Amino acid sequence: MSGETSLAWQALRERAGERAALLGAEGVPTKRVEAWHYTSLQPLNQVKWQAAPALDEAQVGARLSELNLPKGQGLVVFANGRFCAGLSSLPETVKQGSGEDEANEPALLADRFAAQLNAALRQPGLNLHVPEGCDAGLLVLVSLTEGDEVSTHLHHRITLEKGARLSLLDVQLGRGRYFTNPQLDVECAEGAHLTHVTRQDESAEAIRLGISGARIEGRGNYDSFTLNQGGALARQEVVSRLEGAFANVNVNAIQLIDGARLNDLTSMIHHASPDCTSRQTVRTVLSEAGQGVFQGKILVDQVAQKTDGYQMNQALLLSEKGQMNSKPELEIYADDVKCSHGATVGALDEDQLFYMRSRGVPEAQARDALVQAFLFETVELIEDETLREHLLKALPGYV
Amino acid sequence: MNDFLKIEGLKAQIDADGTPKEILKGLDLNIPKGEVHAIMGPNGSGKSTLSYVLAGREEYEVTGGTASFKGQDLLELEPEERAALGVFLAFQSPVELPGVNNANFLRTAVNAVRRARGEEELDAVAFLKLAREETARLSMSGEMLKRAVNVGFSGGEKKRNEVLQMRLLQPSLAILDETDSGLDIDALRIVAEGVNSLRGPDFSALVITHHQRLLEYIVPDRVHVMAHGRIIHSGGPEVATQLEKQGYKQFLEAAQ
Repeated sequence: MSGETSLAWQALRERAGERAALLGAEGVPTKRVEAWHYTSLQPLNQVKWQAAPALDEAQVGARLSELNLPKGQGLVVFANGRFCAGLSSLPETVKQGSGEDEANEPALLADRFAAQLNAALRQPGLNLHVPEGCDAGLLVLVSLTEGDEVSTHLHHRITLEKGARLSLLDVQLGRGRYFTNPQLDVECAEGAHLTHVTRQDESAEAIRLGISGARIEGRGNYDSFTLNQGGALARQEVVSRLEGAFANVNVNAIQLIDGARLNDLTSMIHHASPDCTSRQTVRTVLSEAGQGVFQGKILVDQVAQKTDGYQMNQALLLSEKGQMNSKPELEIYADDVKCSHGATVGALDEDQLFYMRSRGVPEAQARDALVQAFLFETVELIEDETLREHLLKALPGYV
Repeated sequence: MNDFLKIEGLKAQIDADGTPKEILKGLDLNIPKGEVHAIMGPNGSGKSTLSYVLAGREEYEVTGGTASFKGQDLLELEPEERAALGVFLAFQSPVELPGVNNANFLRTAVNAVRRARGEEELDAVAFLKLAREETARLSMSGEMLKRAVNVGFSGGEKKRNEVLQMRLLQPSLAILDETDSGLDIDALRIVAEGVNSLRGPDFSALVITHHQRLLEYIVPDRVHVMAHGRIIHSGGPEVATQLEKQGYKQFLEAAQ
C-alpha cells in the first residue's frame, strides 16, 4: 500500500517529526488487514488532523458539572490533550510520575495500529503510581476533546504495586469532528487490584481509537468494563496478559449503537501463566443503521494449565438495518483448560414482549424495559455500587 | 343479560413451516358476567390456541368469526388494550424475564392498567404494601418480589406468580391455561383460592384444564368439551366428573 498513503497520513507523519519512524510506511490499515476487516478506517484518511488547541479551563469546568461525576478521592482532567491543573486533584497517597519511561514500556501493544499512532504522537497523560498495599479509592479521569479536524493522543500509565488497589472511572467525551487516540498502560503487581470503568461518550461525529494494555502478575486482578456509546467510528481495544498464577482479568462491555455509527470492542486475553481466570461478557444493542463489531481473542499458552476462561457476546438487533460482526477466537496450546464461549445475535424475544403486553404494559414501554434488562444484567457485573450507578445513569432512557 | 364474552364461529390458524394450519374451526362460546366456565379437551384440541387468540398473540391469524368482550370487538385490540379492558391470561408456561425485577414489573403493569382504566397510579410505597399483602396471601416468599420475573422460579412459584399478577391487575375475565399443570396439591389449593377470592358478580373466568381435580377447588358454572377446534358439548359441573370416569370417547363419538 505504500505510495497510496493519504494526505491525512502525511499530516500525522509531519506532526510526529522524528518519531514518524514508529508509524511504518503502509499508512492507515485497509480492510485487507485482518484486524480491520470489519471496521473501516477510511474516515481517518479524509481529514488532515491538526494538533488540538488549548481550551479555556473555566469552560471545561462547566462541562464537568454536567456529568454528574461521583465524588472520588481524586479527579484528573485533560482537555484537548492537555492537563488541567486547576480542575484536578490527586490524593496524597498516589504519585503522579514525571516524564516518559519508554525503556520499560511493555511490548504488549507493539504491533497494534492504535498504539503505534499513539507512540508517534503521544501527549503525556496520567502517570500514576499506587504504592505497595495502598488502597487509593476511586479516581475519576476525564478526557474532553473539542473542535473539528483536530486530534489528541494522550498516553496514560497506571502502576499498582504489590497488593495496591484503585478504582478508575475513565470518562471520555467531546464535541465536534475530532479524532482521539488515547492509550493506557496498566501494570498490576502481585495481588494488586484495578477496577477500570470506561464511559466512552465521544461526540457522534468523532473518530476514536482507544487502546489499553494490562500486565497482571500473580493473584492480581484487572477488572475492566467499557461502555461504548459514542463516536461515528470508535474502537476500544483491551489487551491483557496474565503473567502470574491465580491472576484474573475481566473484559466486560456494553455497546449502544444508533444512527449510522460504528462501535467496536476488540480484545486480547493472553493466558501466559497457569491457574488464571478470565471473564468476558460483551452485549451490544443496535438500532437504526448502527454497526457493531466484537473481536475477542483468548490465547492460552502451553504453560497455562488449569486456565479457566469464559467469553460470551450477545447482540440485540432492534432494526433490520443494524449490523453486527462478531469474531470470537480461541487459540489454546495447553491441554488441561476450561474455556467456554458463546455468541448470539437476535431480535427482542416475542414471547417476552407478548407476556409483558398481556399484563397491560404498552408495546414501546415493554421494548424499552427488555432492552434495559439486557444491558442491566451486564452492568451488574460492576461490583462497585458507585460506579455501577454512575454507568446506569449514563445510559439513555434510564429511569 | 348483556353479552360479556361472546365468541361466534371463531376460526384461527398458525403458520406451520410455511403452510397455514387451522386450529380453531368455528368455535362458539358465551361466558356471561359473573360465571366461571371450564374447558376440557384432549391434547391438540386447540384449548391453548383459544387462550392466546383471546389475549391477542400475533402469530395466530384469525380467519373467521367474531369475539367480543363487554360489547367491544376483542380481536381489534392490542394485547395491552385487552388487559386494560379486563382480560387476563394466566400462562401455561410463564415467561422468564431476566434482568427485569419482579416488583418493578408488577408495578409497571398495575399502573399501566390503572392509567388505561382512568384510575390513579400507585406510588412505590403504596404498591409495595399491596404486593406484600398479596404475596403473603398466596404463601409466597417476599424474596420473589426482589428477583427477576420468573427466573429461577420453580414450576409452582411461577404459577403462584401468575395468580399474584391476576390478583393485582383485578381482571374481569381471567383465562387460566392449565394453571394446574405441574402443581402439587397444596399449591393447587392456594392457586384455586386466589381465583375464588376474585369471584363475584363482575368477575368471569375461563378455566382450561385436563383434570377434574382443579374443578373440585374452582367449581365451574358450566363445563365445555372441546375437540378438533370446536366446542362439542356443554353442560354443568357434572360433565367434568363424567369425563374423568369415562374419558372423551363418548363425546367424540356423539359429535361425529
